[in-house]
Amino acid sequence: MSELKFSKEHEWIKLDGDIATIGITQHATEMLGDIVFVDLPEIGLSVAKDGNAGVVESTKAASDIYTPVSGEIIENNQSIVDDPAKINADPENEAWFFKLKITNKSEMDLLMNKEEYEKFSKESGN
Amino acid sequence: MENKITALNSLHKKYGAKFVSFASYEMPIQYSKGIIQEHKSTRENAGIFDVSHMGQLSIKGDNLLAEDLEKIFPVELKNCKLNQSKYSFLMNDEAGIHDDLIITKVVGGFNIVLNAACKYSDFKLLKKLLGDKYEMNLSEELSLIAIQGPKAVKILEKIIHGVSELKFMNGSSFNYFNESIYITRSGYTGEDGFEISIKDKDAEVFTEKLINEGANLIGLGARDTLRLEAGLCLYGHDMNINKSPIEASLKWAISKNRIISGGFIGFEKIKSQIENGVSKVRVGIKPEGRIIARENTMIFSEENKNIGEITSGTFGPSIQVPIAMGYVESSFSKIDTKIFLEVRGKKYPASISNLPFYKKSYVKGANK
Repeated sequence: MSELKFSKEHEWIKLDGDIATIGITQHATEMLGDIVFVDLPEIGLSVAKDGNAGVVESTKAASDIYTPVSGEIIENNQSIVDDPAKINADPENEAWFFKLKITNKSEMDLLMNKEEYEKFSKESGN
Repeated sequence: MENKITALNSLHKKYGAKFVSFASYEMPIQYSKGIIQEHKSTRENAGIFDVSHMGQLSIKGDNLLAEDLEKIFPVELKNCKLNQSKYSFLMNDEAGIHDDLIITKVVGGFNIVLNAACKYSDFKLLKKLLGDKYEMNLSEELSLIAIQGPKAVKILEKIIHGVSELKFMNGSSFNYFNESIYITRSGYTGEDGFEISIKDKDAEVFTEKLINEGANLIGLGARDTLRLEAGLCLYGHDMNINKSPIEASLKWAISKNRIISGGFIGFEKIKSQIENGVSKVRVGIKPEGRIIARENTMIFSEENKNIGEITSGTFGPSIQVPIAMGYVESSFSKIDTKIFLEVRGKKYPASISNLPFYKKSYVKGANK
């Protein structure tokens, strides 16, 4: 299993073979505030890198979720649909959003490691 | 233009506020614990709201003033008892709402609390309507602090003795370290509570006292979820210059005698709307499931006809379901009417609901 990688849209991704688990970062949840709704991509859906793959809504506003890599959705996390507060409680572990079978492993190379992401989120201020 | 700040700005920072620009003021949207915690702590304990951005207008005058104000506002003011507050509207000739406000009869005149975004234009308009007959002052040195929630009375009583005897929608002057402060029993959360008008220089120390007694600071985010659960309108969203109090389902706020006698701005329109009905009215809306329908969401009938639009929508932290308000064609305004809300291109089922979503616990009489 690989280390976590991060996107500029504040998603994290964990690769296990060719199965990627994707969620949103702790930093993202802090920006969003209390999450009260989540809409996840359906199983079987093909998504392209940087394409729309769901929505989260906080008490304040709705935000789109993007997939950092291309692939086919093979699983989505119903437990966060039923209890969106889990996303604030444990965003980078229990509250993963979806798993996909990736189609182009080289897309992983474009993502940031933890150190780079921390620097990015600090500097961009968002 | 740079944002203005209130006298509590450094206090907000001290308690971890995240700020937004609201009506040209830098105001806290939330503090470190977040909107849901703030919302719940107001419902269960007591929340403090800095609403100093709102306009505090005082107009000096006697019975003539009450008479002149009745030519503007659709409420009875000549027979208004000292320290009684009334909710009302500043309207145009077409009964479109310039602002909604609270008028309180005080010694030597009336105090009016105005929405922040409207206060300067309201002042101008009222000045024009009243002429130079009365001394009018839109305060630039008063803070307005609300404390709301079931423990508000106990907490405030410890600092200002006697507030527990105030009746709902009534106020009084109190002595606070040799300064006179004016307190009303009112609010915007669906809870019992008070609004305290206090000099800017005393506001921070006073608020710290409320915090020390166990109340928590609450930002605009939770203020919005609280008022929406309570079914209360937000000016600029649930009502505006193109909506009348009748369309906004606020007929209750117009004095019965004034509907008969008239003589206020917008009366003809109000009268005709009461007699002939209106095409669209404000209603409460409950989406099924967890989908949140926000402002500008289109509303459809079962026959897929566009029948209206959402004006406020959020997730209600106390009732744990999404809630909204909006305007629908009157024939679809009956409670439990099935409707559909278009969110991100998909239509979701919902129904017309009673308001409020959350049952109020206002104190009608005095309590201790």
